[in-house]
Amino acid sequence: MSDTRRPGELTLRELARWTWRQLTSMRTALVLLLLLALAAIPGSVIPQEGVDALKTQQWRDDHPSLTPVYETLGLFNVYGSPWFAAVYLLLLVSLVGCFVPRIAVYSRALRAQPPATPARLDRLPDHASYRTDLAPGEVLDRAQRALRRHRLRVQDESGGGSVSAERGYLREAGNLLFHVSVLVVLIGFAIGSLLGYRAGSIVIVGNGMANTLTQYDEFDPGSLFSADQLDDFFLDIEDFDVSWIQDGPSQGQARGFTSHVAYAEGVDEPQDYDLRVNHPLTIGDTTVFLIGHGYAPVITVRDGNGDIAYSGPTIFLPENQSFQSIGVVKANGARPTQIGLEGWFYPTYAFTDESGPFSVYGDLKNPAISMQVYAGDLGLDSGTPQSVYALDKSNAELVTKEDGSMFRVDLAPGQTQELPDGLGSVTFERVERWNKIEISQTPGKLIALGGVVLALLGLLGSLFIRPRRAWVRVREDEQGTLVEVAVLDRAGGDDVAAVLEELVADLQREEKTS
Amino acid sequence: MTDAAWEALSNQAVAAAGVVYFLAFLAHLVELSAVRRVAEPAVSEEAAGDVVVATGGPAAPDRAHREALFGRIGVLLTGVAALVHLLALVARGMAADPNRVPWGNMYEFTLAGTFVVAALYLALFRRYRLAWMGPIVTGIVLTLLMVAVIWLYLPIAPLTEALYSPWLVIHVVSAVIATGAFTLGGITSLLYLVKSRAGAPDGAAGGYLSRVPAPVDLDRLAYKLHAFGFPVWTFAVLITGPIWAHQAWSSYWSWDPKEVWAFITWVVYAAYLHARATAGWRGRNAAYLALVGLATLWFNFIGINFFSSTSQHSYAAPEAPATAVVEVVRR
Ligand code: HEM
Repeated sequence: MSDTRRPGELTLRELARWTWRQLTSMRTALVLLLLLALAAIPGSVIPQEGVDALKTQQWRDDHPSLTPVYETLGLFNVYGSPWFAAVYLLLLVSLVGCFVPRIAVYSRALRAQPPATPARLDRLPDHASYRTDLAPGEVLDRAQRALRRHRLRVQDESGGGSVSAERGYLREAGNLLFHVSVLVVLIGFAIGSLLGYRAGSIVIVGNGMANTLTQYDEFDPGSLFSADQLDDFFLDIEDFDVSWIQDGPSQGQARGFTSHVAYAEGVDEPQDYDLRVNHPLTIGDTTVFLIGHGYAPVITVRDGNGDIAYSGPTIFLPENQSFQSIGVVKANGARPTQIGLEGWFYPTYAFTDESGPFSVYGDLKNPAISMQVYAGDLGLDSGTPQSVYALDKSNAELVTKEDGSMFRVDLAPGQTQELPDGLGSVTFERVERWNKIEISQTPGKLIALGGVVLALLGLLGSLFIRPRRAWVRVREDEQGTLVEVAVLDRAGGDDVAAVLEELVADLQREEKTS
Repeated sequence: MTDAAWEALSNQAVAAAGVVYFLAFLAHLVELSAVRRVAEPAVSEEAAGDVVVATGGPAAPDRAHREALFGRIGVLLTGVAALVHLLALVARGMAADPNRVPWGNMYEFTLAGTFVVAALYLALFRRYRLAWMGPIVTGIVLTLLMVAVIWLYLPIAPLTEALYSPWLVIHVVSAVIATGAFTLGGITSLLYLVKSRAGAPDGAAGGYLSRVPAPVDLDRLAYKLHAFGFPVWTFAVLITGPIWAHQAWSSYWSWDPKEVWAFITWVVYAAYLHARATAGWRGRNAAYLALVGLATLWFNFIGINFFSSTSQHSYAAPEAPATAVVEVVRR
């Protein structure tokens, strides 16, 4: 008796210690997971630098008193902030601390045989017993067959009058795989954010760009990025097609657009490619995307001396689905005073008394510009950086007609208009198009993808493999053979009572058929 | 058939499905009223006085019969409604030019999501004995359909180009399926909380609650539904979503508000699964976590569109033509 009990007590104590360790750290992990979810919320409500720089700037301008506080707390860059990092790093530490010992335990458990039958099966929460006339040896033989049919690994302990069986070893493996893969995903993600970069560039159709830092309009590098990572290539946007929706409620919107580009890496021969949304171009480690398009009216400004002070395609930013677009011209070379233009471009100009001027269609059916004129100091010489899409009007005056009434430059392509006061003239030459190209490197993306796929596989194993232990013990007494059966669910969530019932029924059926 | 005819068919089918769900809901209410009376035998016996012996006998089986009959009618009607609902979805896709998957905006997403809730309920009906869920599922599906028709309806329109991708199909199908499973799981967890608060171990609570399985069984069922939904959600949000985003927007994960909330939902459900294996968190706390998860899921689907305009997942508002507007700074 004492022989069979001692190992039982030992494993119980071991189990208790193991569970205790497990529980304490599980609770920590749970709290940290909830903290992670909470910590992610602010970044979805407060505009984020990395997601929408323009909106973030606007927010800062609107909330001058809150901005310094938010800045200190890193609220404009939540996902790169130290406190967000603290939460997930703690989670990682807990993960590693939790899983290194578990992997060791698991590899030992894999080699071990199913555990010895506990001394008292009736102490287990799910147990049953019945009597039979069969001899104990016969019952155990049949029990082994039945348990194998239930796909359990069986350990014959007939000498001790019992059979012990177990299934679902792979569940733990799946669980380990899942958690380790979470680490892999994070490593892949970290590589991408540290070594990768994202850049944007607006290119006039017909022009090209070389892949160098100076050609980027925006640039968002990871903290370990170095400029020699840039792939050496150039890209020419040769042509650009838009197909417009001709009817229905979305009439006038762009259905699709394609850039016909030629690109060459290093000294290679140029190759053609059709760049579309969802159809990026990969050159070396770099991926090139077409993410937007718009119009660039070619505008020429002559100053009071008759000299050309500004001439070229000017990027206007679309404001709505029919491509009514806003833009500015800064003729800072104009003499005697600098001239600034600010206003609208309409690809298909229309006018009603109620709505004023608007664009009915995104395509170029009746293009026009309508702009206001400012004269004075445009602030370009002060050295402070300025957006090319905004006019600094603090030292410039709105130009009006001689009689003081409103003056606008309203032009169709090919037309020229003189400015009042002998300031000069504005010519709307023609319309070109621009494409917004995004260029990025995301090293580690395949590591991250591989990690999530493995995590998913592990998860499936962990959630759907049901680990179980089962024991059958026989005892002979005066009235025949007493058979005791017990089933232990090792994962929780299993309908053990039903499994036990089924197993007992199976054992008894086996009895009748033979 | 012309596109306009398909669109009209879709709208009519939505209305018809709504009516049939309503009938199914009514049938379940009749079924419940039968239960209620069966559950209050003391009252009817007293009222009936001496004649109890004569009428009490046949009355109870009669009610049991009525309960079973109307329960069956309710499920049958739900099945019919779901078929019509499916027709509405297919017609919606056929109405677009070019034909496409019917989930380009919130209206269509709600149609698809409610369909999955109904279909999943029917598919699991027998296996998990979901008869008790009938009134809740028909009620919720009906309500959401009405919300969709009244507030979210949009005439059919082609998708913005970024949405034409096979990854979109896989991404949204899996997101919708997971949403359906989580919704059923959330209903189960909610009833688990209600039933275990009612304190009655089994059946004695009376009324509707007497139809609902015991808390242990509800807890197990909730776990199964969530355990099914979680990997599907993982697949949708952490695999197909990033692949699609990488193709369309150059970055596989950009912390866009929609992504943030999908991630929050994922973390909360991970916490739910954890909680079920954590002492002191099993049962009630885990069920609360499941409800928090469901709240974040629905908030992400409906709420976030009204909170944030930076989302690239602009289902609610038509997308700006240039996907990103740039600020160029000259130094
Ligand atoms: C990176 C953060 C973590 C995530 C996203 C995560 C996620 C999950 C998920 C989804 C499950 C459910 C799968 C299953 O039931 O087997 C799970 C289970 C589990 N996790 Fe984590 N986990 C994280 C960290 C941890 C940590 C730090 C520990 C260490 C205490 C831990 C221990 C466990 C255990 C023991 C299970 C199995 C529970 C059971 O037997 O059902 N996890 N985890």
